[in-house]
Amino acid sequence: MMEGAGLKTAESAPAPESTEAAAPRGRAARSLQPRALVRPAVIAVLVLVALLFIPSIFSLYYVDAWTQVAIYSIVTLGLGVLVGRVGMVSLGQGAVLAMGAWVAARLLFATGLPFEVVLLAAGLITMLLGTVVGLPALRMSGLYLALITLMLAGAITVALATINFPNGGHGFTGYNGATVHIPPIRRPSIATTDPAFFRYSVVAAILMFLLVLVHLRGRPGRAWAAIRQSESAALAGGINTTLYKLWAFALVSFITGVAGGLVAGSYRYLNSLTFSTQDSITLLAVVLMGGTYSMTGAVVAAFLLKFLQALLNDWGVSPDWLTILFGIGVLQVLTTAPRGIVEQMPKDLARLWRLLRGLASRPAAEREGTG
Amino acid sequence: MIEVSELTVRFGGVTPLDGMSVRFERGTCGLIGPNGAGKTTFFNVLSGFVKPVAGQITAYGEDLLKMAHYRRARWGVRRTFQTEQAIEELSVYDNVAMIHEHSKVTGSSRREDVLGAIEFVKLDVDPNAKVGTLGQAERRLVEVARAVVGKPRLVLLDEPAAGLPDEETGVLSDVIQAIPQHMGALVILVDHDMSLVSSCCEMTAVLDFGRLIASGPTAEVLRDERVMRAYLGTEEVIA
Repeated sequence: MMEGAGLKTAESAPAPESTEAAAPRGRAARSLQPRALVRPAVIAVLVLVALLFIPSIFSLYYVDAWTQVAIYSIVTLGLGVLVGRVGMVSLGQGAVLAMGAWVAARLLFATGLPFEVVLLAAGLITMLLGTVVGLPALRMSGLYLALITLMLAGAITVALATINFPNGGHGFTGYNGATVHIPPIRRPSIATTDPAFFRYSVVAAILMFLLVLVHLRGRPGRAWAAIRQSESAALAGGINTTLYKLWAFALVSFITGVAGGLVAGSYRYLNSLTFSTQDSITLLAVVLMGGTYSMTGAVVAAFLLKFLQALLNDWGVSPDWLTILFGIGVLQVLTTAPRGIVEQMPKDLARLWRLLRGLASRPAAEREGTG
Repeated sequence: MIEVSELTVRFGGVTPLDGMSVRFERGTCGLIGPNGAGKTTFFNVLSGFVKPVAGQITAYGEDLLKMAHYRRARWGVRRTFQTEQAIEELSVYDNVAMIHEHSKVTGSSRREDVLGAIEFVKLDVDPNAKVGTLGQAERRLVEVARAVVGKPRLVLLDEPAAGLPDEETGVLSDVIQAIPQHMGALVILVDHDMSLVSSCCEMTAVLDFGRLIASGPTAEVLRDERVMRAYLGTEEVIA
């Protein structure tokens, strides 16, 4: 398959000059070229392999870690959209996730609705709450936006800690402090076991990624790009910047709310310690490291956040090392690779490959020279 | 046709526009003046970023100042900025399509309009190419394509030739001259490149310290004594 792709590039390489003039009309045909389908195909194969083999290769402990990676990739994708596409730095995504988890847990205890419906409802309610919370933030940008979202995250975390997470009790909060036997949060009937819930989460994550992709490829994505470039130029281009910023907040709150529902289903017991304000900051750190502009970067960020954590836990290393590592990582990314690991890695690998090839061919060349 | 009367803008103690009255009839009109004369402030008033303390602007019979800023693009005001605004991460096509989808054009095909605008500015690149991969002159043409797509009525060009080598300015000049005929828009061109202004504009207005000091046929205006003093005189001092 790789060879085939290589041949294609070689064949089409001399073409551009001749097709340049006809380019406008050839656009539709161009996008259907096999080369454009390679990336989606590779991603589809990778996802299929993950779905099929991760549960059988890894122990339950790591299957759970992968589940967290899938779920948190939705959260990092949302933050990546805000930071990388719209240019709004939010330090409150951890709190939005907690809201989603709370709403989902409450609905799962109170109703017999299918899990999918609960996820959707959690997403929609979080979307409303997140957008309302985001309203005052729309007037701000940069550092001030980051600060106000961090403060809101702190406030929401305190509020959720005060009313507690639902544990099967009655009333609005669904919390019963006197309960001795706490029932676990319900999982979807088709995915009660850990491997099944892993697959369920991956499918949910794929749907959320597709939802975001549709936005990015369309009108809102272009409007966000304009806003990120310059708000005044966007306004001069006829873009209602307030509407589109609100739209971004709404979309991101929605997918983060759905992720919250998945967190509720995967942890099965929630308490105020599940979500801390610090999580929001760590989230931003990994998103910057993964790469804010790319969707693959979101997966890398979630991997850094959740899989490394599980790995260090397994090896008995203090998780504090992770904080230090992320600190160094962010510094490294901000100074040398503003597009994140996703874009830097291929470049570095190519450079390494050239270096190795250069080292390997030099002695031969020298021998030729002397002989 | 756009008529400006007694337009005054104040920022604290500074008055960048001081009772400016001018008519831009049709075609490509120049707006020149030394640095700080109020040219960009005037554009900012037209785009809605700056609210004047007094004065009126009537464009094709409508009161422009009453419109919300993001609605003005829909109505037909387009502009380029002194700083580059083409979006590097998006393709040439998406850059232009973005403006088209926020204009009021209905019925016609977006693809045709967008590709038409790209062709109009003589941009000879793959529409799918990312703007970040283009050269400076090509990126400038993308910005002009963004300004002319989707039936604009008023195109404001703020120093489009700044930093371009002479041969590229020639291409740009041809494109600018063709805008009124092909797109039916009134063009107001601000630039320090006098050869560009005199080759593009039949009529030119001159601002100095926020006041209109001359307006009329470009050749006459450029020979005007007051203009020489205000505009070219400053250049002599700098030189």
